[in-house]
Amino acid sequence: MRDLIYLTVILPLLGFLINGIFGSKIKNEKLIGIIGSGVVGISFLIALGAFFETLALPLEQRQKIVSLFSWMVVGKLNVSFAFQVDQLSLVMALVVTGVGFIIHVYSIGYMHGDKGYWRFFSYMNLFIFAMMNLILADNFVLLFLGWEGVGLCSYLLIGFWYDRKFEKSTVAEASKKAFIVNRVGDFGFLLGMFLIFMTFGSLNFNEVFSRAVSFNVPAYVYGFIAIFLFIGATGKSAQIPLFVWLPDAMAGPTPVSALIHAATMVTAGVYMVARTSIIYASAPQIMMVIAIIGALTAFFAATIGIVQNDIKKVLAYSTVSQLGYMFLAMGVGAFSAGIFHVMTHAFFKALLFLAAGSVIHAMHEEQDIQKFGGLKKYMPRTHITFLIAALAISGIPPLSGFFSKDEILWFSFANSGLFLWIIGAGTAMMTAFYMFRLYILTFDGKERFGKDKHPHESPAVITIPLIVLAVLSVIGGFVGIPEVFSGEHGNQFHNWLAPIFKDADRKLAHFNLYSHSTEILLMVLSVVFAVSAIWFARYVYLKKPSIASDTAKRFKGLYNLLWNKYFVDEVYDAVIINPIVKTSKSFLWQIADNKIIDGVVNGTAKLIDIFSVNIRKLQNGVAQFYALVMVLGIVAAFFWIILSL
Amino acid sequence: MENSLLLTYLILTPFIGSFLILFFKKGQEHLIRYTALAISTIAFIISVIIYFQFDSANAGFQFIDKFHWIKGLNIHYHVGIDGMSLLLVLLTTFLTPLTLVSSWSSIESKVKEFTFFFLMLEVGMLGVFISLDLFLFYVFWEAMLIPMYFIIGIWGGKERIYAAVKFFIYTMFGSLLMLVALIWLAVYAIGPLGYFTTNLIELYAVSPQIPIDIQTWMFIAFAFSFAIKVPVFPLHTWLPDAHVQAPTAGSVILAGVLLKMGTYGLLRFNLPLFPEVSVAAAPYISILAIIGIIYGALVSMVQTDIKKLVAYSSVSHLGFVVLGIFAMTQESIQGAIIQMVNHGLSTGALFLLVGIIYERTHTREISDYGGIAKLVPVFAFALMFASLSSVGLPGLNGFIGEFLILLGSFKSPVLGSWWFTVFAASGVIFAAVYLLWMYQRVVYGEVTNPKLNGLKDMNNREIFVLFPIFIFIVWIGIYPSTFLKVSDKSTAKVVKQMYNPEKINPVQMGLIQSTK
Repeated sequence: MRDLIYLTVILPLLGFLINGIFGSKIKNEKLIGIIGSGVVGISFLIALGAFFETLALPLEQRQKIVSLFSWMVVGKLNVSFAFQVDQLSLVMALVVTGVGFIIHVYSIGYMHGDKGYWRFFSYMNLFIFAMMNLILADNFVLLFLGWEGVGLCSYLLIGFWYDRKFEKSTVAEASKKAFIVNRVGDFGFLLGMFLIFMTFGSLNFNEVFSRAVSFNVPAYVYGFIAIFLFIGATGKSAQIPLFVWLPDAMAGPTPVSALIHAATMVTAGVYMVARTSIIYASAPQIMMVIAIIGALTAFFAATIGIVQNDIKKVLAYSTVSQLGYMFLAMGVGAFSAGIFHVMTHAFFKALLFLAAGSVIHAMHEEQDIQKFGGLKKYMPRTHITFLIAALAISGIPPLSGFFSKDEILWFSFANSGLFLWIIGAGTAMMTAFYMFRLYILTFDGKERFGKDKHPHESPAVITIPLIVLAVLSVIGGFVGIPEVFSGEHGNQFHNWLAPIFKDADRKLAHFNLYSHSTEILLMVLSVVFAVSAIWFARYVYLKKPSIASDTAKRFKGLYNLLWNKYFVDEVYDAVIINPIVKTSKSFLWQIADNKIIDGVVNGTAKLIDIFSVNIRKLQNGVAQFYALVMVLGIVAAFFWIILSL
Repeated sequence: MENSLLLTYLILTPFIGSFLILFFKKGQEHLIRYTALAISTIAFIISVIIYFQFDSANAGFQFIDKFHWIKGLNIHYHVGIDGMSLLLVLLTTFLTPLTLVSSWSSIESKVKEFTFFFLMLEVGMLGVFISLDLFLFYVFWEAMLIPMYFIIGIWGGKERIYAAVKFFIYTMFGSLLMLVALIWLAVYAIGPLGYFTTNLIELYAVSPQIPIDIQTWMFIAFAFSFAIKVPVFPLHTWLPDAHVQAPTAGSVILAGVLLKMGTYGLLRFNLPLFPEVSVAAAPYISILAIIGIIYGALVSMVQTDIKKLVAYSSVSHLGFVVLGIFAMTQESIQGAIIQMVNHGLSTGALFLLVGIIYERTHTREISDYGGIAKLVPVFAFALMFASLSSVGLPGLNGFIGEFLILLGSFKSPVLGSWWFTVFAASGVIFAAVYLLWMYQRVVYGEVTNPKLNGLKDMNNREIFVLFPIFIFIVWIGIYPSTFLKVSDKSTAKVVKQMYNPEKINPVQMGLIQSTK
């Protein structure tokens, strides 16, 4: 099955082409849906086959390159359409095709009746195609093809309902914003690639990584490569300062938010850092920068999440925050823990979004949690699955989120110290709080919706995917039970990925100075934090709702700051976007181009014109005039000779 | 194949064809159109035959045909191509028939004259790309101006006369400098050679021996002439006017082929004739190129007229090409050549699309549009596709060119700093800004202009024109080797003439190369 891995790329492409070209003529929604999800389902089976095949092989044979054809061969550059099957890409491939398949099936029900049904499925397939290129690529350029490709799909899918309004602006505006902010990141990624090529003379992973071990390259070069690539990651994975596009990306249909803007695409940056771990391990200062940016993103996004009232917006900020965790993991050198969180997060965050979609459907496109309440009675399956996901993301044992989040917190403490642990644990507390605020305001308490709304449970095509994801959210963590519990076998997930990170780990050479008892103590502490935050949320939003509004009133300034997301969008508009547009229009175009340059050009023409018009007057055809000029000339010459004597 | 008559057949086809057109009478418009299509298709077929007979392992000139033209001055009819010119010849013969078809509905008056000028234009363009004699080159270069002048001046928009004159004078000014320089060069060659010659291959060998200060003046004269044509900032202001006023077919050829004559000239004449001066001038010209990339993009962004927006985007795109040429690495020059082709395809497609919608609505103001995705889905898709190609999305053609240019310029020893690439690469952000913003305002949103209701989608003829272009956009994006391999040896040769890669010390470049 490993040799067939290219099919996991080709099949979604095929699905895209079929639905894209013939979709408008296929009147049968079911057929379109089956083609769309079928290709992803088969891709998942192939990836699964490849996984088991690899699992059966001894360690040294677990990496394989499947090459299709060469892409660009110029000078020293030689890159191909070639896919790398190894432990890391297989984990990602399983998550993308697996969760992707579930979300495709969900969409069959969710998008029912939409005019752009075929368009939706073809875009979704195109996304899977691009994402598979991104994670299977054996070189930076093909990774970049996937990288920009998922950006394009994100653009197309955010703008899916291109004629609608979104908040203060339009859906089209939100989609453009996503693409352009991503492009800012891509600019950094490109520079990173150029510097890699200049330094190592190649852009193929295996060559670059082995030369990174054997070449003697100055540390600052690694530093620049690492920072350039990380700029790319901040764009794609919505980190400070480029996170602004992700909350607006919620303008797209909910399955899109689940698949692209939560479970898969936004984790591409994390994957990329993990893939290039050897380069980051060679630039320890930059790793510190990443850890801090990750921790700050996690923290600030969580604070914003606490006050938002749009169900998808809360989840969006929660995604930004969780991505921050993953970068924190990367920054402290816990690469496999970060990838572990990518996986568990894909389960529970996809579930949260899909369940939210189910609620939004039931409430006739209403998204304001102030207008929900008491829905558990009407939508039992959506309710229970959402609750499971909320518990998982809050880090309640033994659900999946507990294991992955705890591993990250532990490594932050062990590799870097108390400061990052405190930020991480504080964020975990806020996470539990806002998730249960969301849960309670939606499913618990009094019904706050009008009589015109008749909430009802969604059909099986929607609830079954929820249940599958709920099961994964519960058991997904068991593949990575930490050493402290599992004993001598160690962390299975960690062992599986270890060969990928061995060079980086060797370079970082962490010494675990702490005992198991410290680890357990911190673990217990973080669970206590989470449980108390949940209890507090129940107290505030169920028992004493007045507390929430009183606090908001008392700390009006802070509340406004959070409600307006720290005014980051407004600052970007005022400081960067408006000045550029204004200068371009009123100076570059209207003055530099039209007045100065054209002024010189037309001025020259005019000057010649004036000159010739005047010089022409000399030739007026009057003989007497010529005689006069001649006499004057002779007189002048005469005087000149006399004077010069 | 060393010697061949194929290139002569190629150039004679539209030449004879254009006179054939003159025999038709008024009222035979249909016949004229189909005859012209047939003639230009024959030219395309001949160029495809040349492609298949071309030996890409040979870096020198092939398909040479040479005989005395002006005996007393030792001037020859001397044509031949290498990999670099072959791609541009193919681009020319590919775009001409498509553009002719695109004008079937937009050009309704004086069809005979239009077709005549158009085929003459093709003769001029092909001549420029295949001439190996400087004087012959100059004749084609100038001859091509005349049909373009009439195409803009007769079939253009409201301000056509102003635009046509501006275009003519700008270019003429540059050409005169080139004429002076080429005579000077030929006269100078008498010293070492003992006879007067305008043979490019002979001059290649002689010109580096000319005293460096004289070479510098010659370089400037040539470069000035080509830079106007490209156009390099700040010599670009003829372009928006000419593009906007020209009929669609004129804009397509202007952007698709004519601008490439400038970059081709730089690559064919400036670099190999004056290698030392070129290396010294590289940073300065690259700075102008980069200003062009950013300036063109920013000015494009704030245009209110779609056609002007596309026109300014050319300034930005051609900036990449000039940067690629003057970065003088093989990656960057290969990128520059493929980018010339790319720009011809994607900007050509954009102009065609603007023309298609203009024919229906008679407005080019962006604010008059909005929400047309629902009304004309095929058009909306085509515009998206062409825009993405222009934006440089990986998988489509634009990416290959931009990527190779930036990759090559980043490590360029003659530029010697990353900063050039850092600024140039910001162009990829701005390209997304101006095209997607335009797209959003034209295609997305709700229909607010009642005049747009009843807008008709693209018809079969229009799809037929765009479809082949789109095929090549994908082809170059996925499998560029078909085209890269053609010019591989020729560009390697140019790079080798410029400097000795062994001599360049990486430390001087601000980066210590890694050592084993």
